[in-house]
Amino acid sequence: MWELINSNKQKSIGLFIIMGICLLLLGSVIGNFYAGDSGWVIGLIIALIIWIIMSLVSFFSGDSIILAISKAKEVTPNVHPQLFNVVEEMKIASNLPKMPRIYIIPDTAPNAFATGRNPEKSSIAVTAGLLSQLNRDELQGVIAHETAHILNRDILFMTFSGVLLGSIVFLSHIFLRSMWFSGGGSRFRSKSSSKSSGQLQMIMLVASLVLAILAPIMARLLYFAISRKREYLADATAIRLTRYPEGLASALEKISQTDIRLASANKATAALYIANPLNKKGSRLSNLTNTHPPIDERIRILRSISKGANYINYQNAYNRVKGNQGLIPNIIPPSGISDPSNILLKKKTKAESRKDISKTHRDVGDLIRAVDKYFFIQCVCGLKIKIPPDFKKSTLHCPRCDRFWKVPAVELSAFRGIIGDKSLKKTISSIEAHNMEPFVYERKGSGWETFNCSCGDVKQISPTFSKSQFVCSKCGRKITIKKKEQTSDE
Amino acid sequence: MVILYFLIAVIILIFLVSIGIYNSLVRLRNRVKNSWSQIDVQLKRRHDLIPNLVETAKGYMKHERETFTTITEARSKAMGAQTVGEKAKAEGALNGAISKFFLVVENYPDLKANQNFLAVQEELTSTENKIAFSRQNYNDQVLFFNNKIQMFPSNIVAGMFNFKENEFFEIEDATERAVPKVDFS
Repeated sequence: MWELINSNKQKSIGLFIIMGICLLLLGSVIGNFYAGDSGWVIGLIIALIIWIIMSLVSFFSGDSIILAISKAKEVTPNVHPQLFNVVEEMKIASNLPKMPRIYIIPDTAPNAFATGRNPEKSSIAVTAGLLSQLNRDELQGVIAHETAHILNRDILFMTFSGVLLGSIVFLSHIFLRSMWFSGGGSRFRSKSSSKSSGQLQMIMLVASLVLAILAPIMARLLYFAISRKREYLADATAIRLTRYPEGLASALEKISQTDIRLASANKATAALYIANPLNKKGSRLSNLTNTHPPIDERIRILRSISKGANYINYQNAYNRVKGNQGLIPNIIPPSGISDPSNILLKKKTKAESRKDISKTHRDVGDLIRAVDKYFFIQCVCGLKIKIPPDFKKSTLHCPRCDRFWKVPAVELSAFRGIIGDKSLKKTISSIEAHNMEPFVYERKGSGWETFNCSCGDVKQISPTFSKSQFVCSKCGRKITIKKKEQTSDE
Repeated sequence: MVILYFLIAVIILIFLVSIGIYNSLVRLRNRVKNSWSQIDVQLKRRHDLIPNLVETAKGYMKHERETFTTITEARSKAMGAQTVGEKAKAEGALNGAISKFFLVVENYPDLKANQNFLAVQEELTSTENKIAFSRQNYNDQVLFFNNKIQMFPSNIVAGMFNFKENEFFEIEDATERAVPKVDFS
């Protein structure tokens, strides 16, 4: 296990250096092109500075940047207790030193990712859609996959190399654009050079052009290849943690069946997710520019694991599915395969009946509101009343059964500030019906009428107003309207 | 004279290597202890949850006195167990009692829909998973530690300072066994 992590770390550092050299080379070529003979030093230094700043930024706040881009919000256990339980289970299974912080992305597309610096400082983000669509075993599979990314030190690597890749692409893009518009650098504008050095210049120009075009492509391909391999490895580690391949397999199946696109995902963050958030349903092409292996292939590999949960079993299943001709022959580093111990799989649990679709939709809505710090009160008539965080009134009217509820102000503010408040469940059950003395207003005629509620708020009723009761929007008091005509007619 | 220096150098080298091995053995032993205490925490949590479960279910399951006594007795037995072997056995029995309890619950749809009951059930399921995973982790650590004690050259240091192999934590029920069974013969 430890050897595996170490070999992974070394590879990350290797890739990091290769991409860094790519960036430096690009920088020096651009410098040379613009500033003449000694320009490459300036270019190199600028590229180095960019690299250092980018690395520092991504080391210290890469995770919070990514979480902010993805619109993920940190949540407390009462928003989704099961999610916290499942993450804690995986933390125990993988012997992580600290519990990852948990974020929910308020989006209906099912997906998840992990980010962070190291196992001591890591975060897991899942979408609301994922939570409402998956059952417990499937959720466990997904969380195990994310924990595997943390455990295998993929999180920092992916952030780092993503940032590096971004700077390479950015630099070469600027260079090529400026070439296009300016039609050449300083060397072409100065015509003092002799003929022989002119030829050299032409060669230099072509070389720098080729490099500027190739560097981002090569860096990208390398990044994608490694990213794909890491996905397989994380699947393998997830199985070793949960010992239950079917959970992850059916979770992936559900994720692949959705046709909702994750709104907050973009090209830069796509590689982080458990399944490519940008791919549409049914795209099964396995090409060089994919950050993820084709999802149905991953499912097939997982489903063909039958003997045990160790790495060697995953590699065997991979070979069986790919028929030994996959792009990447060995997805598991040798140290993982050499572990001979046979780890038994968990027994399959019986398949759960599919969730009612409308219920799933309601779950997503509730979950997104919970993430946005809405407060829920269950009325005795069964209606779940959702109170927005900026709700100011002290009473609440149930639109279905006309009961009045006192809003527990203290608990509400505690709920908004809080971390893991246990008294919350108690308060919800102890809220009693609170009836303020209703205000009675007698209609004078049948036209527009204006009056004051006993709280002082001005009310107006139109000629067509036919309800006998309504609620004061300021104090929450019931207002009863008595109709004059009826009494006078009788 | 040269031979003397050489001998001294060798002795110092052996001494340093032994210190390194000793330290790594201590580290591994502490890891084993730590993962054992993790199991203990989760087992205790489960013992705490069972009264909650019984309390929530009682109102709905009036005619299942036998089921309640079985689960309560299994709980007190598990709480009294001392050694690793005893614990494994008692916890296995408690496992059986709990799963039997949930089989009985299947006959009470009202109870299954109760929010409080669902919350307790989720907690219990999670605690059971946590027990299984911490057991998995404990056995991994024990395997590392035992391997180290038996392998050369750490076995010499282990023998000198009396490091003993640890017991694996295995559940009695054969179907429940999800940990690697290691044969040392």
